[in-house]
Amino acid sequence: MSTHVADTVDNAIATPDKVQPYGALGLKDDEYAEIRKILGRRPTSGELAMYSVMWSEHCSYKSSKIYLRQFGQKVSEKMKEKLMVGMGENAGVVDVGEGWAVTFKVESHNHPSYIEPFQGAATGVGGIVRDIISMGARPVAVMDQLRFGAIDHPDTPRVLHGVVGGISFYGNCLGLPNIGGETYFDSCYQGNPLVNALSVGVLRHEDLHLANASGVGNKIVLFGARTGGDGIGGASILASDSFDSTGPTKRPAVQVGDPFAEKVLIECCLELYREGLVEGIQDLGAAGISCATSELASNGDGGMFVELDHVLLRDPTLTAEEILMSESQERMMAVVKPELLDQFMAVVNKWDVETSVLGEVTDTGRLVIHHGGEEIVNVDPRTVAIDGPVYERPVAYPTWIDALQADSADKLARPQSGAELKDQFLSLVASPNLADKSLITTQYDYFVMGNTALSFPDDAGMIRVDEESGLGFAIATDANGRYCQLDPYQGARLALAEAYRNVAVSGAVPAAVTDCLNFGSPENPEVMWQFKRAVEGLADGCLELEIPVTGGNVSFYNQTGDAPIHPTPVVGVLGVIDDVARRIPSSWQDEGNNIYLLGYTRTELDGSAWAGTIHNHLGGVPPVVDLAQEKELADLLQGAAIESLILSAHDLSDGGLGQALAESVMRFGVGARVWLDEIIERDGVDAATALFSESTGRVIVSVPREDDVRFLGLCEARNYPVLRIGVTDQGGEDAKLDVQGLFEVSVAEIRQRSNETLPKYFG
Amino acid sequence: MRVGVITFPGSLDERDAQRAVKLAGGTPVALWHGAHDLEGVEAIILPGGFSYGDYLRAGSIASHAPIMAEVIDAAHKGMPVLGICNGFQMLAEARLVPGAHGRNDCGTFVRRDQKLIVENNNTAWTTDFAQGEEIIIPLKNADGRFVANADTIKRIEDNGQVTFRYVGMNPNGSLDDIAGVSNEAGNVVGLMPHPEHAVEPGFGPDTAQAMRSGLDGLKFFTSVIQSTILSKA
Repeated sequence: MSTHVADTVDNAIATPDKVQPYGALGLKDDEYAEIRKILGRRPTSGELAMYSVMWSEHCSYKSSKIYLRQFGQKVSEKMKEKLMVGMGENAGVVDVGEGWAVTFKVESHNHPSYIEPFQGAATGVGGIVRDIISMGARPVAVMDQLRFGAIDHPDTPRVLHGVVGGISFYGNCLGLPNIGGETYFDSCYQGNPLVNALSVGVLRHEDLHLANASGVGNKIVLFGARTGGDGIGGASILASDSFDSTGPTKRPAVQVGDPFAEKVLIECCLELYREGLVEGIQDLGAAGISCATSELASNGDGGMFVELDHVLLRDPTLTAEEILMSESQERMMAVVKPELLDQFMAVVNKWDVETSVLGEVTDTGRLVIHHGGEEIVNVDPRTVAIDGPVYERPVAYPTWIDALQADSADKLARPQSGAELKDQFLSLVASPNLADKSLITTQYDYFVMGNTALSFPDDAGMIRVDEESGLGFAIATDANGRYCQLDPYQGARLALAEAYRNVAVSGAVPAAVTDCLNFGSPENPEVMWQFKRAVEGLADGCLELEIPVTGGNVSFYNQTGDAPIHPTPVVGVLGVIDDVARRIPSSWQDEGNNIYLLGYTRTELDGSAWAGTIHNHLGGVPPVVDLAQEKELADLLQGAAIESLILSAHDLSDGGLGQALAESVMRFGVGARVWLDEIIERDGVDAATALFSESTGRVIVSVPREDDVRFLGLCEARNYPVLRIGVTDQGGEDAKLDVQGLFEVSVAEIRQRSNETLPKYFG
Repeated sequence: MRVGVITFPGSLDERDAQRAVKLAGGTPVALWHGAHDLEGVEAIILPGGFSYGDYLRAGSIASHAPIMAEVIDAAHKGMPVLGICNGFQMLAEARLVPGAHGRNDCGTFVRRDQKLIVENNNTAWTTDFAQGEEIIIPLKNADGRFVANADTIKRIEDNGQVTFRYVGMNPNGSLDDIAGVSNEAGNVVGLMPHPEHAVEPGFGPDTAQAMRSGLDGLKFFTSVIQSTILSKA
């Protein structure tokens, strides 16, 4: 056993002048002074550990809080209708009808995934899945949003293989279908990759659980994996420091995941819920027991007594402070009525899940923790979990942004001849961000659970919720860091618009939003300005579309040295579909159907994949976002889906029409004849713009000839711009994409160019 | 007909196997690894997943689960048993079918719509297939490389115990492209790909006709129901 003697409350009173290492724990002078003021004495070392992790940026949102409030303020009555649980809980919950609810959230695990890519990414999946379980839901899907450094940088394979391996290992082993995500390469993420993980769960309305400790005398139970020395201080140290190549190694701070333990924990929790044995529940993630006890107590009756000696340890030498801070994975904390404890224990024993009773709910308003029979923590839990510091950090309009916005892509040379257009079309198809991602996605299981109606490479993932009625949800995430660098307000709205459109093309009705806001250091006023603008853009956009933000995550300090990443607000939109049998595929599967382009094409090449790939250029202003028009488009697609008028629908975004056509012919190998003349004439653009512009509000759909009239009637009734731009052609070995009068290219060649890029660097 | 599907800690595809039994016209019965009770079922499925986290070796710990005593006994007496993926690994570990499994030769987990050829339609789980029929069912595993010594390979090839072979490409380096094998009697079959994920329109592998419309897996389950009825007749 440890010879370390924990610092007691009595000792803290007796030794007020003891020097404490608050700086090394990430606390500023004024924050430490505030803790002393709250307690009326110096904190014990255990209390200091708790405050330091809970007041870290990662746990307290101290720099972002004042902006995030908008998500709760910019709401209409309609946005509240379907919202069962909003921001602030482990994950938001949305009513999807028929007595079902869906809970979903996206979260970052960026810094651990750079230090130890495999475990960092694996535990990212594990953490978000536990958030979903703690709402009372069965997790039913995962997705991941990945951003790596330059594809040809020597360190990128280490990070990519580790991250993808970790997600594959953990997600597959949990039996959760991975139904989509994003993979981008950009040198701005070289020393700071982004690994965001999203999970979705489903529950019956009556199974909803919340993280609160209510009912004096109810037991506080810790169950799941044993507590070890992994991830100690991870939350505060990893999330509050940027990487500095000269700094000490931080490897020990990354947690290690055991998906088998988590799988058993999921099934065990679901059985506990079914049997009605749990009053409140909280997962243990960042800040471990410190977070779970203080949050449960704050959200409940306010008091809790815990004996730390009862925590089952993997490493018996851990000190009390380490036990409080440990981020060992696969642990949950439940509040259980004393008369149900025996039944609770019977269920956990059935699943061979180790469990110990730590203490009980009290009405003292204090969180009291004993260790070795002595009081080592005695705090008001709200001061730890809720009333942490709030900063209004300095904000400064970036000095460089006017020059960047003035540097439009309009001056770049555009291809004129058919040969040049074909060459650039194929260069885009083969570019790292648009190329085929099978090398990654074939490592993920999307079949498990048998309810996956859509997954990659479709625009959205879709899962059936009810096997009888076919009720389901669709989900898509998007973020374009290049657009956000040019204009974070519009960039955030563009991400929202694209995710919204991706859900709409699947045939689902967009209903709710989650976000993971990845930014540089909040201590940099220019980054803070980017953050402020992005949140404003997202909140304004959600109000316009009338879909609420239900929760999410902020990740700051994403930078290497002084260079922040491009602002990358990942936006996830969840939609509902009455019957997944009516889902719309993203690509055509038969020849002889008409291809229509919905929406106008403007000369919007600034920040585009074309400008980046062909000219290595980033400048100008991003495309115009018209959310009212996006709403019209979504309504139109939904109408068409209900009447079964369209065979496929594919969103136009990165790479424009050219990339959408390439993806459409590659998906099932069915070719197409396409003409651009009418786009060129109606919209007053050139062929290069028609192919590569990234104007919003656009979708290509394929329509069977017999439904032409009805489909066009639908567009006319809504006054939505529509043009017939081609017909689907034969499949098979001779399949080709014929852009009439400009170029012809075989589907085999498009596939080859798309498929060869990732294996070249990571094969 | 009652078909048992056993849940082990870490089983993942057990509800999919139950759904497949139901769609084939059978009655799925959920069995628990810790019980010594087959609850009167007439056939058994060991489902896919990562039982016990694949610790030690895939399928190894599960093959010693309490209920496996009853499974092994029933298998020896002729009850149809199907092991899918992790279930195949359990069957091999329990010595109910020949061979063993190693890490995929590519080193990673592989998920794909896999083409197979039915090499023997004379087992309890394959009678509804034509001999030599080509089918597509999903494959998804990390430790799918079938291995056996040369004598065993010769013996099972000669005996017709190679039930399924990979066609077009060998996704994991399995010897002789072997995807599935049976015991000598043909009542116990194990295979790496997942027939229970090709049983329902809209949720199976892609086909040339329509997205996710592949139903080739359904015949595994109709076969066992049919062959059990015939064996009683």
